[in-house]
Amino acid sequence: MVNKNRIEIRNLTVRYGKKTAVQDVSLDIPTNSIFTIIGPANSGKTTLLKSINRTLELETGISVSGDISIDGKNTRKEFNVYELRRSIGMVFPLPVGLPLSIYDNVAYAPRMAGTRNKQTLDVIVEKCLRQAALWDEVKDRLQNLGTMLSGGQQQRLTIARALSHSPEILCLDEFSIAIDPVTTMRIEDVLVQLKKEMTIILVTNLVQQARRLGDMTCFMNKGQVVQVDTTEKMFSDNPGNQLTYDYVRGVFG
Amino acid sequence: MNTVANNLSAGLFTATELTRKKLLTQKIVGIIFGLMVLLILIPLILLVGNLVIKAWPSLTWDFLTDVPKSGMRAGGIWPAFIGTFYLVVFSLLASAPIGILAGIYLNEYAGNNWFTRVVNLAVVNLAGVPSIVHSLFGVGAFVIFAGLGKSVLAASLTIAIMTLPVIIVATKEALSAVPMSFRVACWNVGASKWQTIRTIVLPNSISGILTGVILEVCRAAGETAPIMFTGAVFFKHVQRGDLFPYHPGEQCMALSYHLHTISTQVPGVPEPMLYATAVVLLGFVLVFNSFAVVLRVYMRNRKKW
Repeated sequence: MVNKNRIEIRNLTVRYGKKTAVQDVSLDIPTNSIFTIIGPANSGKTTLLKSINRTLELETGISVSGDISIDGKNTRKEFNVYELRRSIGMVFPLPVGLPLSIYDNVAYAPRMAGTRNKQTLDVIVEKCLRQAALWDEVKDRLQNLGTMLSGGQQQRLTIARALSHSPEILCLDEFSIAIDPVTTMRIEDVLVQLKKEMTIILVTNLVQQARRLGDMTCFMNKGQVVQVDTTEKMFSDNPGNQLTYDYVRGVFG
Repeated sequence: MNTVANNLSAGLFTATELTRKKLLTQKIVGIIFGLMVLLILIPLILLVGNLVIKAWPSLTWDFLTDVPKSGMRAGGIWPAFIGTFYLVVFSLLASAPIGILAGIYLNEYAGNNWFTRVVNLAVVNLAGVPSIVHSLFGVGAFVIFAGLGKSVLAASLTIAIMTLPVIIVATKEALSAVPMSFRVACWNVGASKWQTIRTIVLPNSISGILTGVILEVCRAAGETAPIMFTGAVFFKHVQRGDLFPYHPGEQCMALSYHLHTISTQVPGVPEPMLYATAVVLLGFVLVFNSFAVVLRVYMRNRKKW
């Protein structure tokens, strides 16, 4: 299963002004697996995700050093930034429904990438909404505004949108905070299915979620990687690092 | 401690001394604020009422569509009315595209650096420049330097320059009312900045932008100063009800300037005519403004988040 590295992060350092958010992080994220990142607040998890799809550079006062490459191609030098972002699906913790209909929310990314065919779009919309476990709730009102859905529904809409441009990499940042446990489990099942076709990076505050889903788990603290190992090892009685041991058992954090 | 105990013993639905005091404060504050609103309304009602009553004998359809006769002392105000309309349209054509595009650039594209801050500061300060100064700038830049002479074009451009800063500010405000999270969501799925602006930001701010533009241009159209030296003329012979009386290269009459001249330069103009001219000017601005109001109501009903 773990045969090659899809994403390679080398010596990534990100500073917001004087504050260092991510410090000298190097990670290898293997293909077709779920890579979970855990760690307390302010440990640089979100910043790490943002630097992968280069939305970080849209923020002001940022300085980035180090390299990220996907399939051996440097994201800053060998990628068109829009292509790069299209190849990565992003879900952030706060649900954002665009002020468009539910249908248009999901069809947005394919349209911006040039897909005009109604039938193609219909297929994409249904598939993505099903994957995000939202289809049954909204299939009869696809023309309603996406912003009028409840918080949890908007979050699933965000997931559907992240899948709509058929990304090869899916980054989820605490996707489940607004979603009830039953639906969360349904989406987790989908993620397990999806890892056959894509690489998934999952940032989560739910340590048990990391344990359930992760093939590899990375523990970050204060902008640095404390430990990366197989999830099995990380959650075992002897992960090899006291800090990790304490964190996954809720002693520290 | 004692009050807490009292509150509890008094039960949920009986007013205690504390809540009574709060209610009283609330009432007093409400009354004061309400009085302030009345205070604004009173001068407005007095002003408009006074104008309309005094103008009543002259307020006829003929007054609007007829040309001035016997040295402005009789007839109507058609040339001035249509002249102001021309000025509004031409200055809108000049200032709206420039102002809106500049506003979009400053809000969406410009980085947060010293240059942007200087430009923003300049825009705000420009909005505070007195209209007579703009007028003199218009004389120098358009009438003399650009060689347009005193003309509809020069006057419109002067009004446009005067309105630009406010249009830019209004555009920026309307744009920043669209939450940042929408833009980030679009960028995340690989939309470019322009695609995001075209599909999400502009559709949700365009009515706000247009409202700002219309309000500002109308305000400027009511001003005398910017057109006084750049294109307004005391009298111009025009056919009654003619819709196309002016060539952009020639001077025109305008309501604000007309009102200025007949009330200060021409002796013996019947008083109702003066007031009626003022009412028409006011009405003109109000009619245009109501477009803006309709847009705003439409926008509110269509609010999407």
